[in-house]
Amino acid sequence: MVALGTIYFWVCALTAVAGALSVVVSKNPIRGAMGLLLLILSVAGLFLALHAQFLAAIQLIVYAGAIVVLFLFVIMLLGPAASTPNDRRGLFARAFGGGLAALCGAAAIALVASAGLAAKHPFPLADVDPSFGGVDAFGSALFADALVPFEVSGALLMVAVVGALAVARGRQGVASLTRSEREVARAATPEPDTAGGAGVYSHEIHAHEEHSS
Amino acid sequence: MIPVEHYVLLSSLLFVIGSVGFLVRRNVLVTLMSIEVMLNAANLALVAFNRSRLRHAVEQAAPGPSHTGQVFAFFVIAAEAAEVAVGLAIVLSLYRLRRTVRSDEADLLKN
Repeated sequence: MVALGTIYFWVCALTAVAGALSVVVSKNPIRGAMGLLLLILSVAGLFLALHAQFLAAIQLIVYAGAIVVLFLFVIMLLGPAASTPNDRRGLFARAFGGGLAALCGAAAIALVASAGLAAKHPFPLADVDPSFGGVDAFGSALFADALVPFEVSGALLMVAVVGALAVARGRQGVASLTRSEREVARAATPEPDTAGGAGVYSHEIHAHEEHSS
Repeated sequence: MIPVEHYVLLSSLLFVIGSVGFLVRRNVLVTLMSIEVMLNAANLALVAFNRSRLRHAVEQAAPGPSHTGQVFAFFVIAAEAAEVAVGLAIVLSLYRLRRTVRSDEADLLKN
């Protein structure tokens, strides 16, 4: 008789690995975003098993609710250009780097596995009172021990929003360049490929740029 | 009951998958998603270790259970939201400038 918690762990672990693999492997970025969503859901499930209920809720709200949706927004905005065609330039360097990283990672995993799974006294998860990881306990820990980092992370998010706005307002950025810089940027830009390489809004943006110059 | 080693092994496996994706793929969107995978793996390890260190804290009569790992994971999530916002803005402006989302064609600073 296998305990229910064990089955739960293995189901969550397998879906997490499947999601991560589909992020890395899939050609279409939308499939990748769906794989990321699967990974996030299963990691939230593992958080629940680890008695981190509040973090599981935060994971669902912030990741699945905001970050994946942001990815999907950008993928939809870019249109067909979001999926890059497969070509073989730099294939050796990429395969070498990726293979080396995978090898090192596999060696590390094997070390941890041989040390951990063979141990006579594995670290069991401790029994905790039910309030551990809930909003009360987590919030009091957050505001008692980590108040300054909390405020600083609020400032970080604020700065990130302002920075994202400043970076993403592209046309104003181009218009603020000097004339010679604009010519350099235009010469470096290949002509948009109207046969389907460019995104949904590329014609509009391009017409706009022609007009404004 | 699942020991903490299983969680650490799962976390390192996810981290390796994410890092290989980061190194191999050239689509900037996929690269950003691989970073997400790696940060999720780190969060999982933090929360799992928090759960296992708890026992020592209780045994040494520390004042109350410690939430340090969970608080750390919370800050990782906050930093990651900021990273994704700025990263996707950079992807959009790269697309405006070069009509591409491939990281090896982002060579404006080359030469």
